[in-house]
Amino acid sequence: MAKIESAFLDLTYLDRLAAGNTVIHRLDPRVKVVTAALFVVCVVSFDKYVVAAMLPFAVFLMIVMRLGGIPAGYVIAKLIVTSPFAVMVGMFNPFLDHQTVLQLGSLAVSGGWVSFLSILLRFGLTVTAMLVLIATTGFNQVCMALERLGVPNIFAVQLLMLYRYIFVLLEEGQRMHRARALRSFQQRGMGMKQYAYLLGQLLLRTIDRGQRIHLAMLCRGFDGTIRIRRNLRITPRDIVVFLAAGMVLIAMRRFNIALLLGNFITDLLP
Amino acid sequence: MSHHIVEVQNLTHTYPDGTAAVRGISFRIHHGEAVAVVGANGAGKSTLLLHLNGYLTPQGGTVRIGDFPLTRETVKDIRKTVGMIFQDPDDQLFMPTVYEDVAFGPLNLGLPPAEVEQRVEQALQRTGVEHLRDRPPYKLSGGEKRAVAIATVLAMSPDILVMDEPTSNLDPLSRRTLIELLAGFHHTKIIATHDLDMVIDLCERTIVIHEGTIMADGPTADIFNDDYLLKKSHLERPLRMQACPFCSRR
Repeated sequence: MAKIESAFLDLTYLDRLAAGNTVIHRLDPRVKVVTAALFVVCVVSFDKYVVAAMLPFAVFLMIVMRLGGIPAGYVIAKLIVTSPFAVMVGMFNPFLDHQTVLQLGSLAVSGGWVSFLSILLRFGLTVTAMLVLIATTGFNQVCMALERLGVPNIFAVQLLMLYRYIFVLLEEGQRMHRARALRSFQQRGMGMKQYAYLLGQLLLRTIDRGQRIHLAMLCRGFDGTIRIRRNLRITPRDIVVFLAAGMVLIAMRRFNIALLLGNFITDLLP
Repeated sequence: MSHHIVEVQNLTHTYPDGTAAVRGISFRIHHGEAVAVVGANGAGKSTLLLHLNGYLTPQGGTVRIGDFPLTRETVKDIRKTVGMIFQDPDDQLFMPTVYEDVAFGPLNLGLPPAEVEQRVEQALQRTGVEHLRDRPPYKLSGGEKRAVAIATVLAMSPDILVMDEPTSNLDPLSRRTLIELLAGFHHTKIIATHDLDMVIDLCERTIVIHEGTIMADGPTADIFNDDYLLKKSHLERPLRMQACPFCSRR
């Protein structure tokens, strides 16, 4: 159950990062949420063979990470853990698409490989963007920003509660697993069947807890809507940062900065 | 001003699976009284408590809180009067931060923001946890969680406090702090517990429940001196009232 434990530590680590106080942390969560969304839209809307034009987005992220004090090692580790999904999605492209689109000396690169690389790059950029958003804002603040941006209250509250109780659930699962592991000798009792019982048990406990939480809410006058404190305030600085970031993102989407830069450098050379 | 009387008459409750958890309980608790409800596991304490804040409505008999009989119509007013503190603070603290959790009740009462702020501030001060206000509940220690859970209830300014095992899972110092905190409250208190030593400190009156009925109801000191009664209802003398294991050996 190293996995549950590491998931637990991971969440606390993310929380610790979010408690930082850098330029990026101090921005209004709404500005960050909208900018991150714009970032993702820009990246995924590129044509399927695009690789080079996306690189400036990576530079953009690196700058934000540097400013926000997010360690690159952590982000890379997360990317590696989640990468199988993206690899699965793009895996067949090289087999299906043989058309040569790029000639590197004597090596002909097929469209499949280029689009595979493009998928991986998109995946890396979007996942990193979300990680950086949460690591510099905090999950709760992201939810509150969403609520303020017009996401229905019920979804925002669902997410908030999910985050609140995921810790309780992980702890409960961890205790149950430990109790079982201590009484299973030579891997007996560690099979799939026991896992099913364990999960069923966990579900029942969760339902019980849900009922108790509902009771606790009723006791304090819960009437169906949850009122979230609105403590977010947009400052002129937020607006400036938002406009600047938005313009940079759109410019990077509109023009192939990598190509322009390449041409510029080649022109400079005699 | 109304008197915060809790009156239960001939209360019965049978769960859908046929378990008769409460079979004919009657008592009357006066304004400002502190009463302990003790008894074995499964004696019906929790079921009784769930009636006091209207989570369960009486199947037989009546429950009166202050001037209101407990019915579906009065349940909202009753929940305002009765503050319930749960055994597991994790069930009670469901909002992302301590501040928001304490503000949850007052906001539901529809109070204006300034008043909410003031109530939260006061409640956190009263329980001595102002410094935790922006922390998420899952990062608090057991004692801190308990204190915050009490603050969430105080912010509703209830007249009656109902507590289920308030001292469970606390280290001795946190337990002592909690007892001192509770002793300072002027509210009517109803405490279901197995911690009989705390009962000595807090409650002048004790109700012993056994198999869904009241076995005894009287001054705490009398009840804890009645060894036969205690044994019959799966209890024993509080540790402080037992002989010292070291001196009495010789």
